[in-house]
Amino acid sequence: MDAAFYIASVVAIGATVLTITRTNAVHALLYLILSLLAVAVAFYTMGAPFIAALEVIIYAGAIMVLFIFIVMMLNLGERAAALERRWRTPGMWRGPAILAGLLLIEVAYLLLRAGNATGAAQAVEPKQVAMALFGPYLIGVELSSILLLAGMIGAYHLGMRKIEEMREEHGTHIDEGRVVASGDLVHAGADRADRAP
Amino acid sequence: MLELLWLIPAIPFASALVLSVFGPRFSRRGVAVMGAGSIAAAAVIAMLVAVGFLRSGSSTYTQVLWKWIRVDGFEPEIGLHLDALSLVMVLVVTFVGFFIHLYSTEFMAEDEDYSRFFAYMNLFVGSMITLLLADNLLLLYLGWEGVGLCSYLLIGFWYRDPENGLAARKAFIVTRVGDTAMSIALLLLFTRLGTLNIQELMQRASQNWPVGSSVATLAAFLLLGGAVGKSAQLPLQVWLPDAMAGPTPTSALIHAATMVTAGVYLIARTHVLFQLAPAAQLAVAVVGAATLLLAGCSALVQYDLKRALAYSTISQIGYMFLALGVGAWTAAIFHFLTHAFFKALLFLCAGVVIEALGGEHDIFRMGGLRHRLPLTFWAFFLAGCSMSGLPLITAGYFSKDLIIWGALAAEHGHAALWWAGAAGAVLTALYTFRLIFVVFFGDIRTPVIRTPGLAMTIPLAVLGIGAVLAGYLKNPLISYLTSALPPTDTRQRGFMTEDMSRAALAFAFAIGVYFAYLLYRRSPELAERVVATTGGRKVRAWWFSDWGFDWLYDRAFVRPFVWIANINRGDFIDGFYSGIARAADSLYRDLSLTETGRVRWYAAAILAGTVVFAALALWL
Amino acid sequence: MLLAAILFTLGLIGLIARRNLVFVLMSLEIMLNAAGVAFIAAGARWGQPDGQIMFLFILAMAAAEVSVGLALVLQLYHRFKTLDDEAPSEMRG
Repeated sequence: MDAAFYIASVVAIGATVLTITRTNAVHALLYLILSLLAVAVAFYTMGAPFIAALEVIIYAGAIMVLFIFIVMMLNLGERAAALERRWRTPGMWRGPAILAGLLLIEVAYLLLRAGNATGAAQAVEPKQVAMALFGPYLIGVELSSILLLAGMIGAYHLGMRKIEEMREEHGTHIDEGRVVASGDLVHAGADRADRAP
Repeated sequence: MLELLWLIPAIPFASALVLSVFGPRFSRRGVAVMGAGSIAAAAVIAMLVAVGFLRSGSSTYTQVLWKWIRVDGFEPEIGLHLDALSLVMVLVVTFVGFFIHLYSTEFMAEDEDYSRFFAYMNLFVGSMITLLLADNLLLLYLGWEGVGLCSYLLIGFWYRDPENGLAARKAFIVTRVGDTAMSIALLLLFTRLGTLNIQELMQRASQNWPVGSSVATLAAFLLLGGAVGKSAQLPLQVWLPDAMAGPTPTSALIHAATMVTAGVYLIARTHVLFQLAPAAQLAVAVVGAATLLLAGCSALVQYDLKRALAYSTISQIGYMFLALGVGAWTAAIFHFLTHAFFKALLFLCAGVVIEALGGEHDIFRMGGLRHRLPLTFWAFFLAGCSMSGLPLITAGYFSKDLIIWGALAAEHGHAALWWAGAAGAVLTALYTFRLIFVVFFGDIRTPVIRTPGLAMTIPLAVLGIGAVLAGYLKNPLISYLTSALPPTDTRQRGFMTEDMSRAALAFAFAIGVYFAYLLYRRSPELAERVVATTGGRKVRAWWFSDWGFDWLYDRAFVRPFVWIANINRGDFIDGFYSGIARAADSLYRDLSLTETGRVRWYAAAILAGTVVFAALALWL
Repeated sequence: MLLAAILFTLGLIGLIARRNLVFVLMSLEIMLNAAGVAFIAAGARWGQPDGQIMFLFILAMAAAEVSVGLALVLQLYHRFKTLDDEAPSEMRG
């Protein structure tokens, strides 16, 4: 099992690296799905088969399908990939990589110092999870259901506005919202002009 | 009836409040009824309380209204303390106050700020009674500042003339010097003795401190500082003559009869402390003696009627300080009583005269008013006789006699103090009869354009009777006051007996009157010849300017202060704070540059912060 | 656990380095997933169900976040015709 875990981990990390370096969104997504599937295997080896299944169904299935839908709707194509290539300069990567590397070193140091990074993984049955979930964590469940509801309503609302905008696009004033927004911003910073010497 | 005690200060306060809020809507008659009526009510209640108090037979009565604040053992109460001393003072304040209010209803009738005047006056009476009845020094201090405030407000009552505002400010600032000393004394007493309740304070002081201990001396000196400021004694006497800028009833009530004697009251109230500090008590006597002589000389050369009376007030309060200083406590309070009558009366008469001559203050432009204003003349004459001590008849004679005899024979008496008192008596008679002869005798120099009405003459008559007859209260009053103050312990020093001292006082009166008659009635050219010499002119100018105190203070304090203020016009301390503001402003400018709206930069900043804090958590 | 840390770090790099909003969202998903991995690992280490429950909550949150986030991406793309995350920025510090 350990071997399977380490193989899955290596696959996940490699797939993630490829995800964040791809220029084509569809390629990146496929690597991301690969990464998630590898993580699901890792979960399985860690003794959480139920979570592994959820990872596959919801993350790799539902959420990624959403991404793919969007990428397809945006119809990015070769032009976007070219743009991405132009953006992907070494300068873009250096700063974030150094910072994140530092954080990684710190976290790793913490984990190693704690000295229990590895240990015998104990299997946790889905039944136990379910018992705890609808026992002490009932409020959490309710809250997450409200969160999902809010997410649904939010997405629906934004989608509605998209349709209106599509309609406006055929009209005359496309940038109305933008003008209003910029007006607000100018107003918010209006004091600066008087304060300036 | 004793339970009504709290009403005595409460009624004037309430009336002041009503008048200050609704005053302008009342008719003049309503304001007059309200203003004078509240003091009348207070006087009647004071009378009832006095009857109840005398009948109860106890020597003190305390009424605690409520706790003021409660901070870790510091629990000053709003409590009223009635004993012989405060009872006498309250009765005087309310009665004299009432007659002065009555007088004011007519005197101020033409003034546009009628209700404001009465609001201030009522506020003053309330504060003064609070001062007198307070059972702890903090409440006393409240009353003390209250009367100071009213004094300021009333001196500057006719605020359109900048001179008046200047005089008001001067009074306020000069008395503040004393008040500061007094507040330090309060803090000192509280930190050392743990209470501000006057009775407890006196008890603890006499238990904890030996006679002559340095703390007691320091506290007594600081209290003396406060008393000196409020009572216009040397060296803080400079404000009182200028305070005459206020309306005359104000001068009569505040700057003659009541407020300026608050210092006397304070020292009498804390007499235990002064007995523990002989040095401070000696200082009181010396201050009193010096003040009565210096102010007496200054009074001699003034030509403004009210200023002359102001100097005489300073001089008479000097007598009271002298009495306190030598240990003749009761004599001081008795002199306060008689002084309240005759000095208030003198001021009221001066007010009549000044009004009658259309605002003329210069005594050398007055004259011959004896026949034009007969009642005023007789009132002024009686009060003047009383002040200068016409033997055997007038109240002032009895009180002054007690003081002068005490100056020699009381506990801390001394021959030099007796001589000062006697010389002061000559001066008093001299300047008083100078005023009488110049103002009421001789030729008419300014025509009389107005004669006083009933509301002004009644107080003159009543106070005139009081100025004479109050002297017959001497024996019962003195013996009654000993329930609150230590009795005067007299013994003969040298060859002088009490009768000889009395005779000397009578002789001093005669000398004073004779010289006044000689110089200002029979042969005024003699006075002019004395003044015309170089020395005479210089002395005259020196005395006229109050011995140059104003000049000295101007050079020593006012100008350096103005100089420093000018240098510090830019306010360098403020520069520090505006520097902070400027730094914050520029930080705002610089930090707002980071507000780019680029989400990735924000995320990077969060990441950097996380790294830094994780590092701190790890290695610190 | 180290896996979680590495995945999280990679997600972070992607979040900051990429300008394309879709990639930014993907990086966010990676980070959330990494946090989930950490929970699962901790839960497995001590044999407690709490780690898995936390993962479930993260899952729910990720679903909601992605739906709203993608709707916003669509919205922005229709307005600005680009997925550059600096395009909507009109603040000039």
